[in-house]
Amino acid sequence: MNREQLVEELKQQIIEQLNLQVQPADIVASDPLFNEGLGLDSIDALELIVLMQQKYRIKLANAEDGPKIFQSVDTMADFILANQTPQAG
Amino acid sequence: MQQAVYIAGRGAISAIGKTREENLEALRKGETGIGSIRYLTTAHASLFPAGEVKADNEELREIAGWSGTNSRSSLLGFIAAREALEEAGLWEENRLQHTVSGKRLRIGLISSTTVAGMDLTENFFPGFLENRKAGKLRMVRQHEGGATTERIAQGLGIRDYVNTISTACSSSANAIMLGARLLKAGELDVVIAGGTDALSKFTLNGFNTLMILDQQLCQPFDQNRRGLNLGEGAGFLVLVSEKTAELLGGNYRVKVTGYANANDAHHQTASSPDGTGSWLAMKGALGMAGITPEQVGYINLHGTGTQNNDSSESSAIERVFGNRYPAMSTTKGYTGHTLAACGGLEAIYSSFSLEQQVLFPCLRLQQPVIELPGVVVTELRSVNGLQHVLSNSFGFGGNCSSLLFSLA
Amino acid sequence: MYINGASAISPLPVFDALSSGIDFIPGEGKRLTASEPAYNNLIDPRLSRRMSRVIRMGVATAMDALRQAGVSNPDAIITGTAYGCLEDTGIFLKRLVENGEEMLTPTAFIQSTHNTVGAQVALLLKCHSYNNTYVQRAQSFERSLQDARLWITENPGAAVLVGAADELTDFSYALLERFGLFRHQSGGEGAAYFLVTDNPSEKSWARIEQVSTLFEPGLEELHDLTTALLGGASGPVDLLLSGEEETDYNAYQYAELSTLLSSEMPVIRYKKYCGTYPTATAFASWLAAWWLKAGKVEVDGIQLPNPRRILIYQADPSGYHSFILLAAC
Repeated sequence: MNREQLVEELKQQIIEQLNLQVQPADIVASDPLFNEGLGLDSIDALELIVLMQQKYRIKLANAEDGPKIFQSVDTMADFILANQTPQAG
Repeated sequence: MQQAVYIAGRGAISAIGKTREENLEALRKGETGIGSIRYLTTAHASLFPAGEVKADNEELREIAGWSGTNSRSSLLGFIAAREALEEAGLWEENRLQHTVSGKRLRIGLISSTTVAGMDLTENFFPGFLENRKAGKLRMVRQHEGGATTERIAQGLGIRDYVNTISTACSSSANAIMLGARLLKAGELDVVIAGGTDALSKFTLNGFNTLMILDQQLCQPFDQNRRGLNLGEGAGFLVLVSEKTAELLGGNYRVKVTGYANANDAHHQTASSPDGTGSWLAMKGALGMAGITPEQVGYINLHGTGTQNNDSSESSAIERVFGNRYPAMSTTKGYTGHTLAACGGLEAIYSSFSLEQQVLFPCLRLQQPVIELPGVVVTELRSVNGLQHVLSNSFGFGGNCSSLLFSLA
Repeated sequence: MYINGASAISPLPVFDALSSGIDFIPGEGKRLTASEPAYNNLIDPRLSRRMSRVIRMGVATAMDALRQAGVSNPDAIITGTAYGCLEDTGIFLKRLVENGEEMLTPTAFIQSTHNTVGAQVALLLKCHSYNNTYVQRAQSFERSLQDARLWITENPGAAVLVGAADELTDFSYALLERFGLFRHQSGGEGAAYFLVTDNPSEKSWARIEQVSTLFEPGLEELHDLTTALLGGASGPVDLLLSGEEETDYNAYQYAELSTLLSSEMPVIRYKKYCGTYPTATAFASWLAAWWLKAGKVEVDGIQLPNPRRILIYQADPSGYHSFILLAAC
């Protein structure tokens, strides 16, 4: 999967996981997810930590790393690409 | 003049003891009850330490003298409530004494719980998920909070008034508050008030999703705190009105002089940075008692050990007391966080401090959140003239309650 | 105390009763589901996205009752719920079992605590007032009303938001059906909130005169309480709003009460509209207040002009008996 596909996939997954009342096209990849952006909060950050673990097998040990990684869809995608264990095949 | 409300009896069961005396002994010795999980069946038994009551359900049934299927919360609650009635002299020959000196007392039970019969429900559920007809219904009969209390009331023989509060970790503080209000209003003569919660997979995993469980023994009110350890137990007070106190002729040492319930209205689980809810609760309790902050000699903190609670609570304390802090400590390092039971247990610990003029230290404390010397109690401290003790209980949903206890 | 605003969501569509009236059609089937309004105008979608049905129903009726009464910051928020947030509890339990205690998410857990409805109302209003939640099975609403009355006595002039909410889920329906609860009556659910004060205003719907409870009473106890209640009432009762089910284990107790009131007393059974559930008395209270405000009762072939007092009586299968007496202002 290339980065562009990953970004689109992430938007869809975030909407589903957090039950957001928006469409993927409404989310700008570089816009902030928290506070003034999509209005996400600390509970959403915990939900996203589980999402990272379930879908991308990346385990965040510390909840405080969340805000940095989950700044925007872009930063999430970068983090996944940098940390994902390469799949066999 | 406000009617006085006296503490006539106390019952405690927790990780540090199955009786009130055992709890006091452990507090005096600085012994923690938190350790590896032995009684709860969970995948996380070796990962998260917890403050379990050191008895399996079989042993608790024997202590209670009960048979059949009962939730651990009901068992713990009954054992503590009965002990409280014993101290009050209202439990004789294994039954409740409704009549004293020819007067029939109106006796109420106000319990509180968050877990209720979840310990049974969560064992019923795997089979039920596979087949909706599977499993024994007796496993879910005590699922509801009110059903847990109903079982305790049935064991105690109470019918006049039974009620259950569920406001997360402030539950039993609110039960004590309602008890005091009903006594002052003259609606009841005696109230058994407190709370009970058993450890369950549901709560252990729930707190784990919030990433606030400490994998080591917790260090509440320490700058290097890592989170909380869960506990379990029950704590009940027997509260009596002035009239009943005269009738019973007891020499009661401790009164409930203030209480307040406020809401933080900040977030479903997190406390506000400036601790608005806790500030209002403490201020309200002092205001009701008509005392100034300087008159408070000690605070039994909510002090769970999470980053959020301890910093928010200390901000609120600063707002109430300025830089003239009373002595303070949290007993969560002994018992773990007992959720709905903590307000009841800590009310009892507060009464110990008043009666015995002694302050129990925080455990494992290295660098206190409030660094002024002598403020956070680090070793067993004897005091003189301790007159008023504040006890804080805060919970999910912004529920914040503070109780003020005073020497009679 | 006086009801200055009241709102309900139930299987009978009543949320918009003020504008559309009520079409009294009994529910059909073994499981009645609440007729919910569109929430988007009532609750910010950014907040409602996490709310289960019981939370949405509770929050929406609470907000509506406040709006009617013109109160934005009540002095107390008191909620009764027998079962609490069952949907979220079920979601978390299911995942707990299926995922083997791994990879669980926090939302269902934190929304599962019993005080979530009251907490969400406080959060939406930024209301720091007294906030409490009672969970005493089929007396959860009655305990809430009693607390509201005590609070108003202690704090004259206080405006108290008091109500109840319960939901029926797939899991709870399957379980309660095995307990035999729906043998004689369809299962139900709903929420109702009231804004009450100690003084009447031009907005007042009705007055709550008495709230009494009994647990597993004998006939003598039932007789004594009813006599005391009628003796203390401000005048004769015009209508019994009865929780009796289609065929009821407690039928003799309902019959006893009817005899004590008067053999000619009109009786309306409310559970055919809302289904059976422990806090159904909150719906019944809303209905009684609605009729007292309207100044007439027209349903089930009963025509009652100018009703002055309506007594709600429920003998729940769990042994909890409840008496709520409402009067016209």
